[in-house]
Amino acid sequence: MLHIPILRQGEPYKSLDLARVPHHRTRELFVEISQANVGLIRRDLRNQETGRAALAGFSIAELVEICARAAHHFINDTLPLGDDLQAPEDYVRQVSATTGLPHVLGRRNMQKIQSMLAEMGNVLNGLTRNLAWDVLDRGFGEVNGHSLSFFPRTRSLGVVLPNNSPGVHSLWIPAVPLKIPLVLKPGSAEPWTPYRIIQALIRAGAPRAAFSFYPADHAGGAEILRSCGRGMIFGDTTTASLWENDPRLEIHGPGYSKLVIGEDCIDDWEKYLDVMVASIVENGGRSCVNASSVWVPAHGREIAAALARRLAQIAPRASEDPEAQLAPFTDANVASRISQLIDQGLGESGATEVTAEYRVGERLTIWEGCSYLLPTIVLCDGPEHSLANKEFLFPFASVVNCKQEQIPEALGPSLVVTAITSNPKLLQKLAAAPNVDRLNIGPLATNHLSWDQPHEGNLFEHLYGRRAFQQALAG
Amino acid sequence: MSATEITLEKNITKSRESLDAWVREVVQWHFDPDTGCPFWLDYAARLDWDPRKEIQTYMDLDRFGFFEDEWLRGRDVRRWVPKGYAGRPIYTFETGGSTGVPKSRISIEDFRIDYEAFSDTLPDEFFPRDADWLSLGPTGPRRLRLAVEHLAQYRGGICFMVDLDPRWVIKLIKMGQAKMAEQYKQHVIEQGLTQLRAHDNIKCLFTTPKLLEALCEKVSLKKLGITGVFCGGTEMTPQFHRFAVEELLEGAYFAATYGNTLMGLAVHKPRAAADNYAIIYYPPHPRAMIEVVDPENTEQVVDYGETGRVRLTTLTKEFFMPRFLERDEAEREPPCELYPWDGVRNVRPFSKLNTTVVEGVY
Repeated sequence: MLHIPILRQGEPYKSLDLARVPHHRTRELFVEISQANVGLIRRDLRNQETGRAALAGFSIAELVEICARAAHHFINDTLPLGDDLQAPEDYVRQVSATTGLPHVLGRRNMQKIQSMLAEMGNVLNGLTRNLAWDVLDRGFGEVNGHSLSFFPRTRSLGVVLPNNSPGVHSLWIPAVPLKIPLVLKPGSAEPWTPYRIIQALIRAGAPRAAFSFYPADHAGGAEILRSCGRGMIFGDTTTASLWENDPRLEIHGPGYSKLVIGEDCIDDWEKYLDVMVASIVENGGRSCVNASSVWVPAHGREIAAALARRLAQIAPRASEDPEAQLAPFTDANVASRISQLIDQGLGESGATEVTAEYRVGERLTIWEGCSYLLPTIVLCDGPEHSLANKEFLFPFASVVNCKQEQIPEALGPSLVVTAITSNPKLLQKLAAAPNVDRLNIGPLATNHLSWDQPHEGNLFEHLYGRRAFQQALAG
Repeated sequence: MSATEITLEKNITKSRESLDAWVREVVQWHFDPDTGCPFWLDYAARLDWDPRKEIQTYMDLDRFGFFEDEWLRGRDVRRWVPKGYAGRPIYTFETGGSTGVPKSRISIEDFRIDYEAFSDTLPDEFFPRDADWLSLGPTGPRRLRLAVEHLAQYRGGICFMVDLDPRWVIKLIKMGQAKMAEQYKQHVIEQGLTQLRAHDNIKCLFTTPKLLEALCEKVSLKKLGITGVFCGGTEMTPQFHRFAVEELLEGAYFAATYGNTLMGLAVHKPRAAADNYAIIYYPPHPRAMIEVVDPENTEQVVDYGETGRVRLTTLTKEFFMPRFLERDEAEREPPCELYPWDGVRNVRPFSKLNTTVVEGVY
């Protein structure tokens, strides 16, 4: 039986408390995951200096090189997995087994992580705005004639991770070249990716002591967040709200990412259909950067119908099928509850499900023993409808009719907004909107990321503070 | 069959016989109009059969159906006092009082008798006679508070105490005040540390799993001279047991217990490598019995090694509680040499109950 151990500052530990995770389709036991008790986590985290000291022995440039080598190991090598070994294709199969993610999407996510590791230099430059790395190595230095000094705000970064998509793990990796040890609590069904990233980094020369990996329950996750000076948490609205007043944490809740088409472009909406489809569907609609709504000042009905026609062609396929675009729900009750929530919203006046006209069968479908939610497009008459701003773990989007001047205020919190417009007033309003985290101008899919841009908060600013600094002239 | 197995079989038979005899004695007592308590006498008056005649064995107790814990909430607690103990000083111990009216159990000597029996299971090498104790656990209207003190006194020691109100902790957690709950825990720990540092003769500790962890974050038990730890009050997992032995206790003896106000105290089978840190409890036969029953058919005891819901029966002259379904589940454990009657393995909250059990810092 496959077993994934706890890593206590890099050292494997098999717990007597094992979580048993089944294969999503056969329901047969697939992997046992050692669970860390809260006391063990708490005891370990009394010593956060060892990991920090181990990373401090490297320069940032050296750690960036380690990341580049790790990129190669991550995508090509057979790496340790507990007492077993894991080839790259094993990894793809294992992620799919416990999360339902089709193999083709698993490979795509693998590429994303590989490219992130390989591009770490650019990523760091994006996060630090091209700060010379030796300034961080020394803690102080001079840039363009100005003295600068930075200090780490924490001795470790605690991260409570999700199950939805392996790609999210690229968010915490830059902590390694920034010399901050990691304390990770993996999602209950997706320990594979963080474990493999850690193994790739260790093989590339990163110090073991910099990696703690604690599969645990919610209490274990909370202990990590409480005990680390800085943290990140991924979760739904309820989880996020528990921690929203804690300035030590970067909270990654639902993305509510959106496409906005201005009046100047709306008559040409058909030109942007591919961007809309990609934003909604790619990665099975499982990412926070997938669009969950399209905001339009006109042609809402035609756009919704065109999207529905395209999305209605997507059907469940086998995990191994290279054409697979949808992931089944590992818990059938979750799929059923989501579908009920949508039906409840459709019960209110002002919204219709457009996909229902084009799709064969029901939204909630059982295929080869697994529950799927088929892509769903809802047309909303206005932004006040309860379905206008909802996000679910499958390709779901609302097309929202809204006057252009109302759009920036009506959008609400949005991780990504793709604005297809050249209207300076609209662009100015969107650029000034505090509720828009990432702004794409032009027909870029919401999930199109650029490594030199920080995503959902700047990890460097989260981990480092800048202090006032002066140095007396020599002599 | 080996000689050991033959001896075990004989002891099992003996323990069954002594249990049946004790059941007859206890039922006679509780249903005799001169000695029984008003609750059971009223109960018997509504039956069309006489418990004193028809209850002859432990199995016959099934005829009472299931004890309902609601019977213990509120109303006149004196209806539980056996007439045979009229005029004796009465204690009342509470459980389940986080919200609403707590359940009350009256007691006269039971807590002393139970803890004296428990004392016999503690090795003197680690719980030295005449050594003092620190009780770092729930106080207030709880049996533990007096019981641990009596245990210390029975063994010739003095028991130092700190206040701990678990209902406040549960309220804080339910209110989402995790930080405040943590501060309260630290407040308790700091008081315990002050006592430990001030009194050199404290060598024995009673505490709960979470408080043991919190205490060991601050100090080395070994350096403080603690040689024996009696631990209980909340759920304990095999992983916690291992963690405590390997990383917290530094050689101190770990006596894990399972118990509650209604039943008494079940002792932990001494640790054996083959058990791999499983926590195996045996009840204080014949004064209380623990069974593991099919959750769907709670009259049916499951086979050895199978999982089910915990069912308690308390059989003392102070308190008679037949067939009470506890909010816990466990595996049924076969009798062993030391305890030739049924035990339970790895007790934890009953997973089929929908309500979340909030366990606090205590």
